[in-house]
Amino acid sequence: MTIAPIAETVLGPIDEIPFGEGRTYAVGSDMIAVFRLRDGSLRAVSAVCPHKGGPLADGQIDNRVVVCPLHLYAWDLATGCSQSGQPPISVYPVRVDDGHIILGD
Amino acid sequence: MTQRLVVIGNGMAGARTVEEILARGGDFSITMFGDEPYGNYNRIMLSNLLAGVEDEAGIYLNDLSWYADNNITLNAGVKIERIDRFAKKVYATDGTATPYDKLIIATGSSSWTPPMKNVHNPKRGFHQGVFAFRTLDDTRGMIRYARDHERAVVIGGGLLGLEAARGLQNHLSDVTLLHAAGHLMERQLDEKAGHMLQASVENKLGIKVITKAMTTEILGKDRVTGVKLADGTVIPCDVVVIAAGIRPNTQVAADSGLPVERGIVVDDQMRVQDEDDIYSVGECAQHRGNLYGLVAPLWDQAKVLADHITGRDTAAAYTGSKLSTKLKVAGIDVASMGLIAPETDDDEVIVYSEPKKGVYKQLIIRDGVLAGAILVGDNSKAASLIQSFDRAQALPEERAEMLFDIGGPAGEVKPEDMSDDAQVCNCNGVSKGAICGVVNAGCKTVSGVMDKTRAGKGCGTCKPLVQRIVEWAAGGEAEEDPAASWYVPGVPMPKPELMAAIRTHELKSVSAVFDKLVPGGEHDAKSKMGLASLLKMMWADQYVDERDARFINDRVHGNIQKDGTFSVVPQMKGGVTTPAELKRIAEVAEKYNVPMVKLTGGQRIDLLGIPKEQLPAMWADLDMPSGYAYAKSFRTVKTCVGSDFCRFGVGDSTALGIAIEERYQGLEGPGKMKLAVTGCPRNCAEAYVKDLGVVAIDGGKWEIYVGGAAGAHIRKGDLLCTVGSAEEVIRLTGRFLQYYRENANWLERTYAFVPRIGIERIREIVVEDTDGIAEALDAAVEEAVQSYKDPWKERAVPATPGQFRTSLPLTVLPQVPVRS
Repeated sequence: MTIAPIAETVLGPIDEIPFGEGRTYAVGSDMIAVFRLRDGSLRAVSAVCPHKGGPLADGQIDNRVVVCPLHLYAWDLATGCSQSGQPPISVYPVRVDDGHIILGD
Repeated sequence: MTQRLVVIGNGMAGARTVEEILARGGDFSITMFGDEPYGNYNRIMLSNLLAGVEDEAGIYLNDLSWYADNNITLNAGVKIERIDRFAKKVYATDGTATPYDKLIIATGSSSWTPPMKNVHNPKRGFHQGVFAFRTLDDTRGMIRYARDHERAVVIGGGLLGLEAARGLQNHLSDVTLLHAAGHLMERQLDEKAGHMLQASVENKLGIKVITKAMTTEILGKDRVTGVKLADGTVIPCDVVVIAAGIRPNTQVAADSGLPVERGIVVDDQMRVQDEDDIYSVGECAQHRGNLYGLVAPLWDQAKVLADHITGRDTAAAYTGSKLSTKLKVAGIDVASMGLIAPETDDDEVIVYSEPKKGVYKQLIIRDGVLAGAILVGDNSKAASLIQSFDRAQALPEERAEMLFDIGGPAGEVKPEDMSDDAQVCNCNGVSKGAICGVVNAGCKTVSGVMDKTRAGKGCGTCKPLVQRIVEWAAGGEAEEDPAASWYVPGVPMPKPELMAAIRTHELKSVSAVFDKLVPGGEHDAKSKMGLASLLKMMWADQYVDERDARFINDRVHGNIQKDGTFSVVPQMKGGVTTPAELKRIAEVAEKYNVPMVKLTGGQRIDLLGIPKEQLPAMWADLDMPSGYAYAKSFRTVKTCVGSDFCRFGVGDSTALGIAIEERYQGLEGPGKMKLAVTGCPRNCAEAYVKDLGVVAIDGGKWEIYVGGAAGAHIRKGDLLCTVGSAEEVIRLTGRFLQYYRENANWLERTYAFVPRIGIERIREIVVEDTDGIAEALDAAVEEAVQSYKDPWKERAVPATPGQFRTSLPLTVLPQVPVRS
């Protein structure tokens, strides 16, 4: 599990992300995919698939994993661990505060 | 506390059972008794020893050092004559008594001697020159004697007799095989197979075979000079080998008051009936009325016995074995399992016979599963047949596939013959070694291994090979995967049950299905797309469309490319376009600097490399409907130029193709649906290899083919019917597609679906309407047609916030200010 430290950043309004989908944000030089789970909680992970560079925010999710749209490898959204023998992705702390997506602690 | 374990019998069963007990860490001080003065050898290999392809050292399973290393006291050559069940002691013929806490009787069998005059000599057991074929000593004696003589007779045309005859040829020139029954190996082979084997044995090996030969007398005073048959025939010979069958050695058990019928009666734990501390295993044990003389059942018995006696798994149970054998009999391939002849009129019998090559194959199928098989002369399909037989697996619709390898790049490669770095999955680059690694790490289901390695997840052609490797790596013990029959992996139901439950509970969205039908209500990302497709098909306009249930392609109506861009393929019905349309496409391509413009296999124009955020503007500029080149849906109808211009065309294929595409555009399904209409049987539009292909034939008629494919899998479609009008083609197309939509598994293309259901059955339903559902199918597809909306109209207002926002830094994203 790789939890990357990151400075607290307001990414934008929560309404930008429909339930069950993800959107990509550029934070400094990092690309971060933020997902809004159907239970309302958020997850943030590195946006680029370590396998072949697929856009993870375009992947399908459930409350546990994201599936990359290119070759359907899956990663755990909470730990960043691959379920199929791939390198892990970074996970970032993220929360909703007053209708805004807050990245970092 | 260490218990005393005594094993009577040091043959394959006794020694194997002890190995299994040691492997389970059983705390026993072990004493073994064996009649023969040797360690433990592989009796099956005595044939090889006789044939000179193996030496004595090569047939030992455990030499004497193994007994010493494992602190086993071996009394080789010491015969037990009595068991005292009450005092818990065994008595040997040398007068010694050995106490036990647990006893295993593995006394095996002895060669059976049919009643014949003069076979015994009061002084020396058998008459000089007469041998049984059971032990190492028998074999040694036979080899020594045969070397100095010319002619041998083998009595018994079963497996052992054939092996003996073949082996003897190594030592003398003239071998005759006498068999009492009407054909060889009558327990394993039917009459035809037996005769085929006999022909090969006679012609290829030069062994004389006489069937229905009852030997009544051994001739010769001091030594054998011949044998006499019941019909008076005399066959001169110097050596007689008796291989007429075996009888279990049960005398000690019977003398000691243990229950003996044909064998020593044991329960499912291999315990002797009504005895707490006495077990029996191997050829001498009678389990549920059966005696087993093959090694595979014996290995299974040994495991159960060991599980139970060590307390490792006291619930372990041996429930009997389905018998199958695959071997070379005297150099000729033979396999046999289950029934050797049909028993009821309903038994399906499939026979292939090629006498010139000595090849014979017979299958007996009952209630759709393999009930028996016989192979002679070609064992290439034996392994897969044995597997089908053991597991009562569903059989291929094309029964011939069970007898022969019919095409297919994955063929019948044997896992054991492949090197570790051999690539199994050519799509995802997965090697045999990678698959075995996952299996060895504990994942023993085929789908689990496919998930972990992604092997078989590309075109799917290698799936059968992946399965064989998993089974091989798991030692033939791949676990059944309950999810294999489910429509999607995350909802535990096959498609018919799932559809019934969706209807009963009126579940109209993907999340409602998870909430209601999955225990615990857990959602599953990998199941969403399949469920979305199913619900859209079932509910049409009433479907509650949750955008997250869609794959990205269906969210933005383009096919995602390796760099995260998308492809744009406008509809071009039947592959027919106009100069104006081409100009517009050209202008759009220039305006957006489209990196690649390419003609597709489906007769359309593909604009590749389009960033997601540019899609809506491009659609607006094109102002053409989507060609659906991205979805699990009706794709395109490929056509030839038909009758308007072509001098061979006999039907207006372009007009019909356009009409079909016009009507069924965008129809979702369990898999892609690629169609074609061709104007004559020259088949320029490749209609024979489409999910549904229409071929114009002379006389104003149209043939409809279904289930064709020309992708990773190549299959010519099956002729569904021939009809007289374009209207009928359109109607039956819709009806077939609807039947496929309702009944195919997720991602099951028609090339798999049609053979699974069977073309005759599909014809009954779709053409002849024997089930009376044609009207309902027509109505359902009509409803779907009416609910069609061009997805590219979804461009003025995004369906969801950020629907077309980029997910990769293909262009510079608006930077979020970073707070320090």
